[in-house]
Amino acid sequence: MKFPRFSRKTLCIPYAVFLLFFVIAPMLVIVFYAFTDTNNHISFYNFSQFFSDPVKLSTIAYSVVIALITTVVCLLLAYPVAYILARSNLRKKSVILLLFITPMWINFVLRVNAIRELMNWIGILGEANYFNTVFGMVYDFLPFMILPLYTSLLKIDPSLYEASADLGGNGFTTFTRITLPLSFPGIVSGITMVFLPSMTNYVVSDMLGNSKVTIIGKFIETYFGTDWHMGSMIALILLIIVLATTLLTGGFKEDENIRGANL
Amino acid sequence: MNKKAIAFKCAKAGFIGLVLLFLYAPILLLAVYSFNATDMIGSWEEMSFKHYAKLFGDPVIMQMIGNTLLLAFLAAFLSTVLGTLGALGMYYSKRRIKRAVSVTSQIPIINAEIVTALALAITFVAVGLPKSFFTLLIGHMVICTPFVVLSVIPKLKQMDNSLYEAALDLGASPLKALFKVVLPQIIPGVISGFMLAVTLSLDDYIVTSYTKPSTFNTISTYVYNATTKGNAHTAETLSSFWALTTIIFLIILTVVLVANLTGKKNKGVKK
Repeated sequence: MKFPRFSRKTLCIPYAVFLLFFVIAPMLVIVFYAFTDTNNHISFYNFSQFFSDPVKLSTIAYSVVIALITTVVCLLLAYPVAYILARSNLRKKSVILLLFITPMWINFVLRVNAIRELMNWIGILGEANYFNTVFGMVYDFLPFMILPLYTSLLKIDPSLYEASADLGGNGFTTFTRITLPLSFPGIVSGITMVFLPSMTNYVVSDMLGNSKVTIIGKFIETYFGTDWHMGSMIALILLIIVLATTLLTGGFKEDENIRGANL
Repeated sequence: MNKKAIAFKCAKAGFIGLVLLFLYAPILLLAVYSFNATDMIGSWEEMSFKHYAKLFGDPVIMQMIGNTLLLAFLAAFLSTVLGTLGALGMYYSKRRIKRAVSVTSQIPIINAEIVTALALAITFVAVGLPKSFFTLLIGHMVICTPFVVLSVIPKLKQMDNSLYEAALDLGASPLKALFKVVLPQIIPGVISGFMLAVTLSLDDYIVTSYTKPSTFNTISTYVYNATTKGNAHTAETLSSFWALTTIIFLIILTVVLVANLTGKKNKGVKK
């Protein structure tokens, strides 16, 4: 028997098998648990229960509100930073940008712990749980917003600003007619990068919100201990929302991947 | 007009400074207090290295740091091998297969971590796999490998394909051509993929907590448990985290500085 000729395509097989077992199969397991009851019979109970239980819906609602506030604050802080850096003619602007990203490489939990200590020192830890949670999330996710904004603002051709000024546009007009529309892709990708973790990353809400703030991620975590079927249903709904958003915003963009972009 | 412009410039610099202060204040606070004898921020005592002594003298903490590093480098190494092979295979595959693999590969990137974690944990139980270092390693590979693929693919696209053909024409075996011709061209992507995988693994909490055995702790899970669940020696343990944060911050600062300086040199040579 002749040994089959080496083909470069076959290099893909280990990764494809890995994805099949550890990405696709787990998603199918979640779907299975979401639509079955404890006797493994097909059931839509979790689905209807999810949408009829006021406690669940209100948890989801304020989790969304927390994520919205975090995202808006991040955007309001990050946009001026990105704009100033992108438009400055400093030679060292990449160094300043790096300063904004450096704290991200410290372990996430240690960073949250640092804010926890700061809040403990000021005396607001355990007092203003919702404020503290939002503060911590803004602190942790701000760089995720700055980088895509910076990338998209840097791509704007400076001659467009000049053209706008030549045609009589003042600063405000230039901003609303040139800068804002052209940086829109960066805004969208920044929002998706901040909104999802602030709905689901319960490390911040647990450590800073005195375990009193329940966001969707924490909700899934509590169900993991008690009811896998309901936990899977919530996870599945979250997954569908994420996939829908990704499709709507035109998919994941490689060049705006913050973690990859700066290594 | 000139005065106005200067004021505007100052306002801009001031804003950048304030946001940077916001980002660095908590870390600098810990860094300052890590050299103080106190166990409580706000009460100032004499200068001391006791938090560092406590950090390095605590076998449990040392072990969890060792665990974190072992896991990060092993997961990153395996992810880099798997992801590089995957990217190569995808690049040479037919369009349909390429698309299927690349779409699946993006799921762990866009997905909420908690969903990935829950799905993996339930799957492990469903197939009767007890949580072990192996399941934890799988969990980390799931979150790291897609990023390795993302860093290698652009290098493949930039690669000169005719060099591989030339190597074959000159008598190299396909495997040899792959190692001697293709790999050197994509190696920057492979290295940055590896670095990215290390940082992702070091940073992770959620997937770790869902796939790790109960006796195994990483920095993330250890610090999380110490701050939210509390334990017997909390005050001392918590202040040894100040020292840990400071050390990590200094290491990162050094790496960033070195990378930045050498990076500039390289650019200078190229131009």
